[in-house]
Amino acid sequence: MVNRIKEERIRDDQEIIDGIAKGSTSELEYLYTEYFPMIYQLIIKNNGDEDDAKDVFQEAVIVLYDKVNSNNFVLTSKLKTFLYSVCRRLWLKRLNQPDRISFNTQEHEEVVAVEDDLMVSQQKETQFLLMEKSLHLLGEPCQTIISDFYLRNLSMQDICDKFGYTNADNAKTQKYKCLQRLKKLFFA
Amino acid sequence: MRKEVKFIDQADAYIQGNMSVEDRREFEQYCKENPSEAAAYEEHVLLLKKLNEYQSRVDFRSKLESIQSRIEIPEIAGRKKHKGIVELWKNYGYSALVAASVALLIVYSTLWMSGFYSDVKDNSNKYSALKRDMNRIASNINAQTKVINNITSNVSKATPSTFGGTGFAVTANGFIATNYHVINGADSIYVQNAKGDSYKTEVIYIDPTYDIAILEIVDSSFKETSPLPYTFKDVEADLGQDVFTIGFPREEAVYGRGYLSSSTGFGGDTVAYQVSIPVNPGNSGGPVLDDNGNVIAIINGKQKEADGAAFAVKTSYLLQSLEAISKDSLDRKLQINKINHLKGLSRTAQIKKLQEFIYMVKVY
Repeated sequence: MVNRIKEERIRDDQEIIDGIAKGSTSELEYLYTEYFPMIYQLIIKNNGDEDDAKDVFQEAVIVLYDKVNSNNFVLTSKLKTFLYSVCRRLWLKRLNQPDRISFNTQEHEEVVAVEDDLMVSQQKETQFLLMEKSLHLLGEPCQTIISDFYLRNLSMQDICDKFGYTNADNAKTQKYKCLQRLKKLFFA
Repeated sequence: MRKEVKFIDQADAYIQGNMSVEDRREFEQYCKENPSEAAAYEEHVLLLKKLNEYQSRVDFRSKLESIQSRIEIPEIAGRKKHKGIVELWKNYGYSALVAASVALLIVYSTLWMSGFYSDVKDNSNKYSALKRDMNRIASNINAQTKVINNITSNVSKATPSTFGGTGFAVTANGFIATNYHVINGADSIYVQNAKGDSYKTEVIYIDPTYDIAILEIVDSSFKETSPLPYTFKDVEADLGQDVFTIGFPREEAVYGRGYLSSSTGFGGDTVAYQVSIPVNPGNSGGPVLDDNGNVIAIINGKQKEADGAAFAVKTSYLLQSLEAISKDSLDRKLQINKINHLKGLSRTAQIKKLQEFIYMVKVY
């Protein structure tokens, strides 16, 4: 794996984007090796540390992922520029805290507007947090039943066996109750 | 309750595709007939969609986490780091550019303000040769035309001359000295004496280096004049000595007096003197005489920006030119006058005697 990271083949933006849309590990690794150092420098020079850099870059990759997977996806700039702009914006937002000093604006990279993309990502993130919270509040065994059935695609019979329900109908009733609670929590 | 459980169960089957074609149609039909059930189905679908999205985000994050934990931050961060000059340039390049342009600006503006550029400027702008451009003096042209038309000699010209200057006799038999720049590019040259007689001349010698030209009157109506009253002094004249000149900056002879202000000419030129005499275009070629009636120089130019700084080519160069003329090519004898008739006379008397030998040079 480490050897793969060291591989220096230059890939074009489209190739990387197609890979990311499919969630390909190799393309994501390439993204890290190629563009993370730039972001690392940006964050380090502006009062951040390595963990900040990792956080910001991860956020940016997720923004890219959301953008790539949106229906009307168009990359209007170079991938590098896009990532840099997103990270810059994210880091500026974080720096907008009273104990941080001003941003080092000595820049050599082009910057494009990314506010819209960040907003889309932000909205999604809010929903995911809500879902996370809802699932958490749902508790066990509901959370597992829902996940098993809807996410891991186990059959009702499997679930019935796993949780020791006497018959599949009882399991179905239980799943229904869990689902109703989740709906209440999530759509509240 | 049972009904709802069954509905969700069917909906799940419908979504997952575990339904026979018949059942699917029946389920769709049921939804169409019961709008409230259809809404419940929509909500169910939306929830599942959100749930799936959430899960894929969780998976994606954990994938990124695992990649992040695998990569060596210091290694790739260091690998991408630029070394030496590149790094310096990246950090300070813009400041350096700004600093450099400010420095350049200061250097050149200081040079400019301190007059450096005005010093190195082409010096020829300050120097003007004193030949008279007739086209510039439109009113004079008419007057001159009248004069020419009135001339009774058999040589009469209808067209006005294009340039003018001054010349003076070097012998009594028709040799005249003037400036080379006065007659340069001439078609034909006429000289006119104080009486108004005009004679055709030919250039017999030029020396562009010293701005000297020798003309010979070739007109048949020309008769030898009385002997020259002045002599030529080829020893260096003294600084401060009084000098005077007579020239033709306009149609009449104009007398100018002054003093020798420097033993070198424009820009340290040793060929010429600097004389402080008010001169104007048309004075070129006029003799500069000292109190005793010796010709010491020939007026040939002045400095534009300085008042009263005229330049005159030293007589020794005129004598050199006269000597350089091949005697065999001449049909008359070129004998330089050695006897001075002006010494001790008052200035007005000197001028009266002189006037006859000073010519207006007209160039066509």
